[in-house]
Amino acid sequence: MMTTRILEGLGRLYVGLLLAFLYLPIIIMALMSFNASPFYQLPFEWTTEWYASLWQNDQLISATWNSLEIAVITTIVSVVLGSAASLALYRYEFRGKKLLQALLFPPIAIPWLITGTAMLIFFFGVGIGRGLFAILLGHVALALPYVIVVVSARLQTFAPELEEAARSLGANQWQVTNRVALPWIMPGVIAGGLFAFAVSFDQFVVSYFLSTPGQTTLPVEIYAAIRKGFTPEINAVSTIIIVVSMALMLLTARFFKFGGEK
Amino acid sequence: MAAQTASRSGLKSALPLLAPAYLWLTVAIFLPLSAMVFFSFMTELPLSGKPWAFTLGNYAAFFSQSLYLTLLLASLRLGLEVTLWCIVIGYPAAYVLAKVLKGRSREAIFLLVILPFWSNGLVRIFSWAMVLREGGILDTALNAVLPFKINIDLMYSYPAVIIGLVHSYVPYMVLTCYLTLQAIDDSLIEAGRSLGASRLQVLKRVIIPLSMPGLVAGAALIFVPVVGSFMEPRILGGRTGTFYGTIIEDQFVAVFNWPLGAALSFILLAVVLVILAIASPVLKRAA
Repeated sequence: MMTTRILEGLGRLYVGLLLAFLYLPIIIMALMSFNASPFYQLPFEWTTEWYASLWQNDQLISATWNSLEIAVITTIVSVVLGSAASLALYRYEFRGKKLLQALLFPPIAIPWLITGTAMLIFFFGVGIGRGLFAILLGHVALALPYVIVVVSARLQTFAPELEEAARSLGANQWQVTNRVALPWIMPGVIAGGLFAFAVSFDQFVVSYFLSTPGQTTLPVEIYAAIRKGFTPEINAVSTIIIVVSMALMLLTARFFKFGGEK
Repeated sequence: MAAQTASRSGLKSALPLLAPAYLWLTVAIFLPLSAMVFFSFMTELPLSGKPWAFTLGNYAAFFSQSLYLTLLLASLRLGLEVTLWCIVIGYPAAYVLAKVLKGRSREAIFLLVILPFWSNGLVRIFSWAMVLREGGILDTALNAVLPFKINIDLMYSYPAVIIGLVHSYVPYMVLTCYLTLQAIDDSLIEAGRSLGASRLQVLKRVIIPLSMPGLVAGAALIFVPVVGSFMEPRILGGRTGTFYGTIIEDQFVAVFNWPLGAALSFILLAVVLVILAIASPVLKRAA
């Protein structure tokens, strides 16, 4: 019993160390974004100068707006298309269904470097070219499989008898979908939407290959700035991004259980 | 349930709901991937107005110049090392989460572990730059504690790339291993113990075999993107950060040799597919 106690204590300590490894660099970055020295020198002197100067940086601001717009549109489009597809995959049996479900995995499994360069080649070839529209096309495609997987998982808990009951009580197809199925899958739809937003807002690789100097997103702009050299401004904007996306995920977790708790 | 749904009309009713999503995926994923294969056999992009012809030259370039093969091997090695570190670091944490922690604290810590990987990867890699460089936090902190002077300048080195990538991907391993470890019935472990097996034997004979699907899934989820990584080596590796992924990036954004880039991408895709195919029997057993 004694050894069990000790081992469990060590285990807890170990998980604590892992959390420190995961969060320390982020915390340090956040602290440094409030440090007056532009070369991250200690001692620490509090300032919000870098956040203030963000507002003067038109390039970053316009890239941020682009990122937000694309993420919002991606969320709406992929949630609508993805939920419809999930419903169809749940409701109907047909040949090739297994294949359609299997086709959702290449977009998730293939490295974004390959997907991104392939999109660049194809969009260029068919005349769509690069720019915000191309980025949007790509983001929706990346987000769709996630939405379908999440919504389908929620649908697994749905009892088809409910739809049957509604139908036998005289509801038409539209009413069945609208009043019975949709309310049930709503938590899945919201979680899928938040996933889609995160996939799009944090997406770097695909946006990177599809952007042009004027039409770019925030992560691409940050990458360019990092390669030019570190500035405290990047720290500030990075801190904002981390806070926003973590808040978003906490929100997602409220709607969607990851762990499959017992 | 299956019989009930099957009795209703199949594909015809499903099609209007399915078509928009799958058309989108076709235009933005499947056609581009096919186009990439097609372009990889061309001498020039047909759109630049220059004359073009079919060629095997882009693939010949891969096999004739040892640089590409060397870099592919370097990337595979990087993938392997990062995956191994993620197993070593992530598996014990997943075990503690699944079998030691209970209730709300388990839920909260699990969320904390997987939270970072949904935040921006680029930004997290960048945050390491501040920790690892000379005069950075690690350097300052160690010199404050140690009685003698040392210079820690890991920035722009191979270990920096490894640290950054492990930091990025270890949550995957914790997630997949946690899911399989959690499913192991505690009574199996107790039975093993009461039959006189040592902790180590239970670990080797019961726990690790039963959680194998999670380990393999995690390994595949980590290995594949790491082999294709280019942003992490660029930021943390500097001049030492030339890998297969960065060479592909160069073809598209610096050298503008798209057909060669397409061929290199396709070779990477082939390697990735082979790896996923090898992993898939184990993954299927998990599902």
